[in-house]
Amino acid sequence: MTTTPQDLRTDQTPLAPGAPRSGTTFLGLPTAPRGVGHLRGDRSFPDAARDALRDGQLRANLGHATQTIRGKRARVVAELPDWQQLRAAGSALKAATMARLDEHLEELERQVTARGGTVHWARDAAEANRIVTDLVRATGTDEVVKVKSMATQEIGLNEALEAAGIAAHETDLAELIVQLGDDKPSHILVPAIHKNRAEIREIFLRTMPRVDADLTDEPRRLAMAARSHLRERFLRARVAISGANFAVAETGTLAVVESEGNGRMCLTLPETLITVMGIEKLVPTWPDLEVFLQLLPRSSTGERMNPYTSMWAGVTPGDGPQDFHLVLVDNGRTAVLADEVGRQALHCIRCSACLNVCPVYERTGGHAYGSVYPGPIGAVLSPQLTGVEDNASLPYASSLCGACYDVCPVAIDIPSILVHLRAEHVEAQEKPTAESVAFKALARAMSSPRLWRLAQRAAGLGRLLARGRPTMPAALPFPASAWTRSRDLPTPPAESFTAQWAREHGGRS
Amino acid sequence: MSAREEVLGRIRTALGETRAPVPEVVRDYRTTDDRPAAELLDVLVDRLEDYKASVLRCGPDDVAATVTAALDSGLGTGWAPGSVVAAPGLPAAWRPEGLDTDDDRPPVQLAERAASVTAVAVAIAETGTLVLDGTPPCGRRALSLLPDCLVCVVTADQVVGNVPESLGRLDPLRPLTMISGPSATSDIELQRVEGVHGPRTLVVVLVSGAAATIR
Repeated sequence: MTTTPQDLRTDQTPLAPGAPRSGTTFLGLPTAPRGVGHLRGDRSFPDAARDALRDGQLRANLGHATQTIRGKRARVVAELPDWQQLRAAGSALKAATMARLDEHLEELERQVTARGGTVHWARDAAEANRIVTDLVRATGTDEVVKVKSMATQEIGLNEALEAAGIAAHETDLAELIVQLGDDKPSHILVPAIHKNRAEIREIFLRTMPRVDADLTDEPRRLAMAARSHLRERFLRARVAISGANFAVAETGTLAVVESEGNGRMCLTLPETLITVMGIEKLVPTWPDLEVFLQLLPRSSTGERMNPYTSMWAGVTPGDGPQDFHLVLVDNGRTAVLADEVGRQALHCIRCSACLNVCPVYERTGGHAYGSVYPGPIGAVLSPQLTGVEDNASLPYASSLCGACYDVCPVAIDIPSILVHLRAEHVEAQEKPTAESVAFKALARAMSSPRLWRLAQRAAGLGRLLARGRPTMPAALPFPASAWTRSRDLPTPPAESFTAQWAREHGGRS
Repeated sequence: MSAREEVLGRIRTALGETRAPVPEVVRDYRTTDDRPAAELLDVLVDRLEDYKASVLRCGPDDVAATVTAALDSGLGTGWAPGSVVAAPGLPAAWRPEGLDTDDDRPPVQLAERAASVTAVAVAIAETGTLVLDGTPPCGRRALSLLPDCLVCVVTADQVVGNVPESLGRLDPLRPLTMISGPSATSDIELQRVEGVHGPRTLVVVLVSGAAATIR
């Protein structure tokens, strides 16, 4: 049995055995392969976070942006008297979808095919990249326009296309900023959230060939510069690549939710449209969208409705792309589905509300998480997609405060999954760790009154190191430093409660 | 084994041989809006204006004149009628004299036009949203996207209260575009800026009064 506290669990079914999941799950289901895509960082979270915390500009940018969006979200959520009912329905709809995922995917395939689309299946990132590259090559073009998509970020599609000699132009403003700045996305919704207006102006001046040299850092002027930079690309593009926010199984309808109109340009003007979608992004029926089209915009940009939502089913003669391909990607999702506690992470609709409220994300930013999925949802999704041992520090990148659970529009119990994954990581260790040795010793001391009194007396010596301060110095010698490096350790009191009780009451209870 | 068979097989393994029953979905959120029709129109206007669209209201006999006024406000007076493209199914009584009509020209040619005029399929009051469905009165998707100014005519009977009511009126097999204000971005410091790739100006003509219907 694992050490997961039962009161935090969402269901009472037996937990999966805590076998290491790097490579495969306990059911033998493959996780996302190494060497392709962007689900793993090169450093552990604490190491990357330490550098991020030293960057004052980054912290100022993030603090400003997350505070703005939290206020906007709170205002529009408060407008709906039935927000909690919508959340509950959203959560139940996703659980119902997952419970029959195979049947819904087969229905989606039938419907898309019947309306003139072609459906492709990809076991993992490498296969998805291969399918898309071949589809683009078959059109004879060497450039594509892209709508912002987490799935294509996850699988590293741009790099795969580049290796095949195909230029992929990002068209979402924030993605464009990241691409032009040769940077990495740091937020699900606003990948350039770590950059402020002055930094964005500098990137535009440096990289846009025909940009106005008098460009100011006024957001409107910057948006106009992006408009003229991309306009001609939209009009000449022959192939577009998008993700999907939703797919309706019973009708074959796909939906892309956006703001700028770059999505509409890509979904409307080219001859060929390739949509890359994780297998979990579908809903069973058309009316199900009435829930998510209310939950998503209010949770993500804090708007009653985003400026543009495009929906299409297959191919429509005389309107939009006449060649439509849908690529369904697993890349570790079935391994997540196999975990009865962790599978809730597949309910995520990528709104990013959990990032914006997270006290850890607000301070470290998204790059510290290493994966394209940062923040609380990333801390539960990335380790499950890759196997916990490939992202072992992420389940600990949280104070378990629960703010993410409160704002999640589909009520994903992120804290419980974090605890579940920590347990899985601990159980996967073959050799005892310093922490497990320390806690075993503590458990022994706490189960013997005599040992406990001795331990308390020994801890009292710590007062000498504290020199009158309320907390112990951070620079304690190893192994204590492993604990005090990122936590305040209170100075032991001059007298323990039990000692004080014994002194004042003479041992009477 | 094909990728399709393998992925479906993995899902079946993950869900187990004896599957749990499908969880029940309770839909106790609002699916209708009982406010009087006149109040819903006011809510729609308020929400459209809040997201920087402008709204002109008129009776059923004044639509063409009000569309002209809408184009005046979006383009400035003195616009050339030939620079404005109407959806092919826009009712004749709604059209100012001399407008161009969209046909099967290559869609990118629409980018040269100053404005377009379309009807809508549904309007959602609570969110300030117009839905175009690609039928002849609404036109193809490129028509409401490429010209920099978009004028949409909404009749009172097309206005519903909330999102669930709107989906009930829409055909999911048609290409649908939901439009809530002019194009916008929040990508710079999460501050909303109107006007990026889609039309930078959105003017809505709201037709109410007896016989205010498109069909």
